[in-house]
Amino acid sequence: MNLRGIWAVFRKEFRENLRDRRTLLSALAFGPLFGPILVAGLVQFSISHAEEQSEENIALAVTHAERAPNLLAYLTARGIDIEKVDLDENGTRHAVVTQKHKVVLDIPVDFGDRLQDGQPAPVVLYSDSSRGFERRGVGRVRTLISQYGIEIAQLRFLARGIDPISVLPISVQEIDVSTPSSRSVIVLNVMTYIVLLSMLAGGLYLAIDATAGERERGSLEVLLTAPVPREHLIYGKIAACASYMLISLVLTVTMFSIAMSFVGLEQLGITANLGPAAAVTLMACCAPLILFGASYLSIISGFAKSYREAQTYLGLIITIPTMPLMFAGLLGLQAKAGLMFVPFLSQHLLMTTVVRAEPIETSFVVISVVSTLVYGAVLMYLAGRLYRREALLG
Amino acid sequence: MLEARGLCKSFGEVAAVRGVSFTARDGQITGLLGANGAGKSTTLRMLYTVLKPDQGDALIDGRSVIGDPLAARRSIGVLSHGAGIYNHLTARENIAYFGELHGLGRAERTARAAELIELLEMQPFADRLAKGFSQGQKLKTALARSLVHKPRNILLDEPTNGLDVMAVRGLRKLLTQLRDAGHCVLFSSHVMQEVEQLCDEVVVIANGQVVAAGTLDDIRAHGGDRLEDAFVALMDGGEPRPEVAK
Repeated sequence: MNLRGIWAVFRKEFRENLRDRRTLLSALAFGPLFGPILVAGLVQFSISHAEEQSEENIALAVTHAERAPNLLAYLTARGIDIEKVDLDENGTRHAVVTQKHKVVLDIPVDFGDRLQDGQPAPVVLYSDSSRGFERRGVGRVRTLISQYGIEIAQLRFLARGIDPISVLPISVQEIDVSTPSSRSVIVLNVMTYIVLLSMLAGGLYLAIDATAGERERGSLEVLLTAPVPREHLIYGKIAACASYMLISLVLTVTMFSIAMSFVGLEQLGITANLGPAAAVTLMACCAPLILFGASYLSIISGFAKSYREAQTYLGLIITIPTMPLMFAGLLGLQAKAGLMFVPFLSQHLLMTTVVRAEPIETSFVVISVVSTLVYGAVLMYLAGRLYRREALLG
Repeated sequence: MLEARGLCKSFGEVAAVRGVSFTARDGQITGLLGANGAGKSTTLRMLYTVLKPDQGDALIDGRSVIGDPLAARRSIGVLSHGAGIYNHLTARENIAYFGELHGLGRAERTARAAELIELLEMQPFADRLAKGFSQGQKLKTALARSLVHKPRNILLDEPTNGLDVMAVRGLRKLLTQLRDAGHCVLFSSHVMQEVEQLCDEVVVIANGQVVAAGTLDDIRAHGGDRLEDAFVALMDGGEPRPEVAK
């Protein structure tokens, strides 16, 4: 087979798109730069926020503070800043909704009397659970109030000559077996998604330009009069698209590796396996997908009648291959031989394994690589068939 | 030499070309004359192998466009409707790209591109990106591209569309040069003066069929002194007359 035509088309598409700002930005800037920086920034933000929260005193607004001086002294001693306020119920609700006060404790009028009588003494705690960052504060206030209650109960038992230990029949000991690396996967799960999406996006504009764009410009017709088999033309375009996807993949993973090294993950007790060796392994995991992705994008945009139409299709369609990843996240899927036959999902699972610094099963890698390459070859063949059709000219 | 033999092509229900036969000889400029939608473009597209005829065949220097399209393509240069070129390549790169697709080596296609740039007087814009080219500059680039492999046969679809007077004159000069060098030039047009000024032979197409063919004088014999009158007379005839349809 004479591959001259494929080579000529590949070189031309590669060079032409290198001069197209849109293609270049999507391949070399948006995914590879913004993705990793965004993730690293988010991780850094949640780390610093968590640190602040654990160290900072928690502000607590209290209405009718005079009704429970001992409770408030107990809370103050354990890092709660009490602010005495005078609000009715509606005023309290409003203050919490508007975040004037994040957590408000209301001491009812009969608090002291009921406590004295040995009746359950109610307190009312107002907070807004839709505000994620405040939840820790409420939790700490609630725990402290319960602890205060337990201490009172223990004193009561003692006063009645009962060993307080006997009323605590079960004590729960929590042991977290997640290793620092495996915990990091929760934080970095979004990373595999961005790597795969950024890789696809790298070839997106080239695929559109080389198929729908070429048709719209009217250059396709003359291209088809060149003495080159029609399927070779699309193979060359797929190869150029694949090369941009490869560049995008390499840049994205490299940027992740660099960006994450600046994030203080160890402060969360997390280490991510993202050194140079891991980065190369990650790239190798994803590389077989490139043929699949490039053929997939070329086929879809080959059906579109214009550049705009192709853009509309691909904006939606680019997310379809990444859908198994969302299921994987929701269902907490683990690497299994059967799942290695699913493109994108198998790469996601392999990458997750690498980032966790867990051993990789050779058979999983073989299944993932071979099946993905076979799907890619089938799609490439279909793209060739598409270019043999007369309707291609529209 | 181009020979159309009973070409037929339908798109769904619409029969665009219904049995077109004619011959375009070397060393001659042949004009394919017809109203919009008469089937000129479809006929040309079958000749330059982009469309496959439903029936009939076409021979390019004796090679069938159906039997051996790759061989047929090697000896044709095509200027398609609209002359689309690549905006992010320079004129020179546009030309060289087609040289490469036609199998020219690097040195050969570079030399050939330089030759064509000189021939078509493209030096002022040869190394600029095609993005901001005028219609005339685009046409010259597309023409040079179609000539890069020195094809024996040149097919042009409505080449003068959207060109100013100077560009049309330049094109006319070039086509005449090509004819004098022995090439077979076939172009489609719906502009009478153009056909009158350039063509040695004219093929008139209406409703997907050839209604008249021959030299300018042959066509004029169908009515009036001017080609336009003859053309209108032919169109008024409605159905093709059997004695002139070859």
